[in-house]
Amino acid sequence: MSRKPYVRPMTTEWIFRHSRYARYMLRESSCLFIAGWTLMLVWGLKQLAEGPAAWEAFLQGLTSPASIFFQLLTLGFASYHSITWFNLTPKALPVQLGEEFLPDGAISGAHFAAWAVVSIAILFLAGAF
Amino acid sequence: MSERRIELEVLRYNPETDREPRFQRYSVACREEWVLLDALNHVKETIDPTLSYRWSCHMAVCGSCGMMVDGEPKLACKTFLRDYPGVIRVEPLAHFPIERDLVTVIDDFMAKLARVKPYLIPKEPAPANAEYRQTPAELKKFKQFTLCINCMLCYAACPEYGLIPSYIGPAALALAHRYNQDSRDAGRATRQEEIAATEGVWECSFVGACSEVCPEHVDPAGAIQQVKIKSTVDWYKKHLMPWTKE
Amino acid sequence: MAVSNKPIVWGPFAAGGTVTAFLTPALVLLTLLAAFGHAPDLFAYERMHAFAAHWLVKAVIACVVFVSLWSAAHRLRITFYDLGVRADTLVAAIVYAGALAGTVASVLYLARI
Repeated sequence: MSRKPYVRPMTTEWIFRHSRYARYMLRESSCLFIAGWTLMLVWGLKQLAEGPAAWEAFLQGLTSPASIFFQLLTLGFASYHSITWFNLTPKALPVQLGEEFLPDGAISGAHFAAWAVVSIAILFLAGAF
Repeated sequence: MSERRIELEVLRYNPETDREPRFQRYSVACREEWVLLDALNHVKETIDPTLSYRWSCHMAVCGSCGMMVDGEPKLACKTFLRDYPGVIRVEPLAHFPIERDLVTVIDDFMAKLARVKPYLIPKEPAPANAEYRQTPAELKKFKQFTLCINCMLCYAACPEYGLIPSYIGPAALALAHRYNQDSRDAGRATRQEEIAATEGVWECSFVGACSEVCPEHVDPAGAIQQVKIKSTVDWYKKHLMPWTKE
Repeated sequence: MAVSNKPIVWGPFAAGGTVTAFLTPALVLLTLLAAFGHAPDLFAYERMHAFAAHWLVKAVIACVVFVSLWSAAHRLRITFYDLGVRADTLVAAIVYAGALAGTVASVLYLARI
């Protein structure tokens, strides 16, 4: 009997095989927006260094429709990154107390709580409200 | 018990006559409580004896009957026909070469399994005329990872394994972690040579599909991330604080 | 097979993923508020300049910029591979260089504040 194994080619269609792969690609895509927004921040540092006029121009630039659209998308993608990151943390950092492990919800819950506290602190200290 | 006529669309491949695989439709009268494996057995017994597939225990402990059901890796003995209203597409497990029909070539997995040394490398020999002692807490630390039945559904679900054939893969890495976490074991340094290599945990991008499809809830994704973190901490300790011993 | 040096790249990625998870959404909210005409008090030039002039703040900003750009670069590298681009070494060089360039730029600008 002769063997002739058939190798099925791997194409990019794997992304569409199940919703979990599409969600994974969505999570990974957050990197584009986080990188873009951070570079915008770096640009802001440059304008801040150049003086009041340049800084005003930077703040003005933030108000353009394109900028607003990009920032809204970034908020969405960055939040999706945060949610998925904190939900995965218990898998990467299990905590064993005595015999039992802390439930996943406890670890991710603590992270979400800390996220809320840190966010409110940032908004408050920056004088957003 | 009532009967239902099920349509199976099964990928066939005969290495002696076919140049590439093709689908074949079977119409099967099935009982309501049947699983896919029952339907396949019925096909083989009464319709087409040439259909080839692996199976054994029929109760999700042997890991033999893994296959793609409507594009999702599943155990045929744990796939209930009542959950599938339409035509059911049955293919061999993804990311493995097809030997014949639904039988895949699993040599790659077997080799990778051996490479990670999935056996106890003891710290010290067992006490004479006695057994190793282990507390319930020590057992709980690795118990989950012992549940792997080597069914390879995780390899079929993992896109990185599909894209990078040299990747060691979820099950083998989870099994290495099982022994690393075992208090009786002293083989971590040896296993690191394999699992902390590029083809080890570093090809994983935490898609998490492996843990989602695992029928035994081993959570290989969790095991892999734990190995990544430990390996990273070790690396920085070794390079930034070389005076510390492991 | 030998133990990989991947931790050089993965360590900052994990740090950056954690930092961006905690900080980025709130920070984006700040710039969004400014975009909608309700700029936070901190965004007034004198306040922002005084804030960013402090050496500790500069160090923190530089670190946050570095790990944010690095973790995004690492994810982008993996995404290219997932989408079938096989030239991993080239992609890696480009994305990591980009992250480092952004970091160096931020350090230079911070130095001038």
